[in-house]
Amino acid sequence: MSTNSQDRVEMFRTMVRIREFEERVKRTFAEHPGVIRGHTHLADGAEASIVGSIAAIRPGDQVMATYRCHGYPIALGTDTTAMLAEIYGRSNGLCGGYGGSMHLADPERGFLGTSGIVGQSIPQATGAAYAAQIRRAGDVVLCFFGDGASKQGAFHESLNIASLWKLPIVFVMENNSYSVSVRVEQEDANAAAGEPLATKAKAYSMPGVTIDGGDPDVVYETVAEAVSRARAGEGPTLVESLVYRLSAHGNSIAPPGVPLHYPEHEAVTVFGDVAEYEAAKRGDPVPRFRGALVTGGVLDAARADAIVAEAADEMQRAVDGALAGPEPEPADALRFVHA
Amino acid sequence: MTRELTYAKAISTTIAQAMRADPDVFVLGEDVSAGGPFTTTAGLVEEFGAARVIDTPISEAAICGVAVGAAQSGLRPVLEIMYVDFITLALDQLVNQAAKAHFMSGGQLTVPMVLRTQGGAGQRAAAQHSQSLEAWLTHVPGLTVVMPSGAADAAGLLAAAMTAPGPVVVVENKVLYFRREPVPDPVEPIPLGRAAVRRRGRDVTVVALSRMVGEALAAAEELAAEGIEVEVIDPRTLVPLDLDTVVESVRRTNRLVVAHEAVRHGGFGAEVAAAVQHAAFDDLDAPVERVGAPFQPIPLSPPLEDAYLPGAAEIRSAVMTTLGRVPV
Repeated sequence: MSTNSQDRVEMFRTMVRIREFEERVKRTFAEHPGVIRGHTHLADGAEASIVGSIAAIRPGDQVMATYRCHGYPIALGTDTTAMLAEIYGRSNGLCGGYGGSMHLADPERGFLGTSGIVGQSIPQATGAAYAAQIRRAGDVVLCFFGDGASKQGAFHESLNIASLWKLPIVFVMENNSYSVSVRVEQEDANAAAGEPLATKAKAYSMPGVTIDGGDPDVVYETVAEAVSRARAGEGPTLVESLVYRLSAHGNSIAPPGVPLHYPEHEAVTVFGDVAEYEAAKRGDPVPRFRGALVTGGVLDAARADAIVAEAADEMQRAVDGALAGPEPEPADALRFVHA
Repeated sequence: MTRELTYAKAISTTIAQAMRADPDVFVLGEDVSAGGPFTTTAGLVEEFGAARVIDTPISEAAICGVAVGAAQSGLRPVLEIMYVDFITLALDQLVNQAAKAHFMSGGQLTVPMVLRTQGGAGQRAAAQHSQSLEAWLTHVPGLTVVMPSGAADAAGLLAAAMTAPGPVVVVENKVLYFRREPVPDPVEPIPLGRAAVRRRGRDVTVVALSRMVGEALAAAEELAAEGIEVEVIDPRTLVPLDLDTVVESVRRTNRLVVAHEAVRHGGFGAEVAAAVQHAAFDDLDAPVERVGAPFQPIPLSPPLEDAYLPGAAEIRSAVMTTLGRVPV
């Protein structure tokens, strides 16, 4: 099971687009102060994991995620102007400005949304998988969450149910080694014992694998195999995808009027571990995959540069379109309480 | 046509009717295929099979989340949380997920799920199996909250809940489960958000929830013998609340008592009292009286539980207070 050259170039393109999108979110704090309030959480560093996973599903499949959610809809084909307008709280946003950065949803493309409460989208993804099972169309659910979420009861309850009912779901745990400012070995019994977090799968009698989430080919192959199992009615898989988030957990939190910004990564600010962070930067999956494609003769440098330039143009249009988007009407604040 | 059913049988009958009509309706919860402790889902697995009547693990957070996710994917889950006391374990899914998905997605997602649960004391079940926690649920925008007081309403309100576009919580009452009354056959939906006037009266309005409706009617019967005519209103749906019916009544009686089994402190009666005094301040001749349980957990031993539990006597006393008479 492997992707052809064209698919790999498309994976690279999507990784670049996600990276550029996240860079523009970050730059917004400096270039357009006050335009983003509240919380944003960026996917930079997890692009290979996101893109490799979503390359393994087909239309009709569904995705649920956490509040660190900008990458998935981009990979599913959601319009980036609508996404950025949502993050800016504009009425042309994907969710009309009601949800913001943490609550993107695009059910038409299979993106069932997120939970801002850690781990709590996992049961819902499990329920979507039950719906897929009962409909017998062979659809599968990809459920993304972080390492921190595996400390929630909802994670354990859901894995038990998914395995017991043989639901068509793949649990993709993006282990970025940090829960905000706490390192995984400080809060996870497996990690503290030197074992992978995928060990947890054993407790629920499902396959558990730990992979290099910085390599989209590896992620694709692993998730595609898990998706095949799920489609065949053989039940769930837990994929622990090792990634490193290249930004801090989120932007700073400050009272209105105080400019927000992205602080340095917690490895530096909390642990003073500059070497760890510098090593993570050297392993950045976007240039790494570019290098692999160029070295392998799949992509020449000029075409790679063109892909980067196209992504930059797209995201500039997204910024322009989002900034030009109207603020919602105050009278609309009370809509959508009840369906 | 009607048939005489218990409240519990009215529920299983209504669910079966909905499952026959709509293949997307399914039931999940703990011990549901055996009928649950109160037989409210008895007989369903025999007719509809284990794929649509699912015994879940004891995992309230996950099963509520499964219901939310299945509803977002187009199914119509009817989830049972066996005791309302256990809803604490499912509250994130209910409060942060089910109630907000439609809103946060700008109307893209809908969560057409029914969460059935039951509360109330009177079965010597102690502090963790007897509570009335509906006020918590009424405080969450996005949830519809229903409290049926009899078999016919248990059927009709549930039928409406199962076709509602968003999440509905139906809080049943364990003491009412085995009381019988005529129920329409087939079950007809009762629109959510419409109160029922259970007894007409000119002197005092009593708004009573769930089991307290029967208690209010008993008190009204006693008071009628003393020449006091009490109007008893059963809101049936707490959210949305049919305030118009209550206010129209208070404009005639000029006196209001609100009665529920939940602790009075922070109870739903406070919301009704505040809403009525605002809408009909000039019509009130006495302060609104609230009947509810004392602000303490529920004791086990029969003499203690009986002393704790509010009922007809407390309602009668509150009615007398609004009339300026010393309760006997």
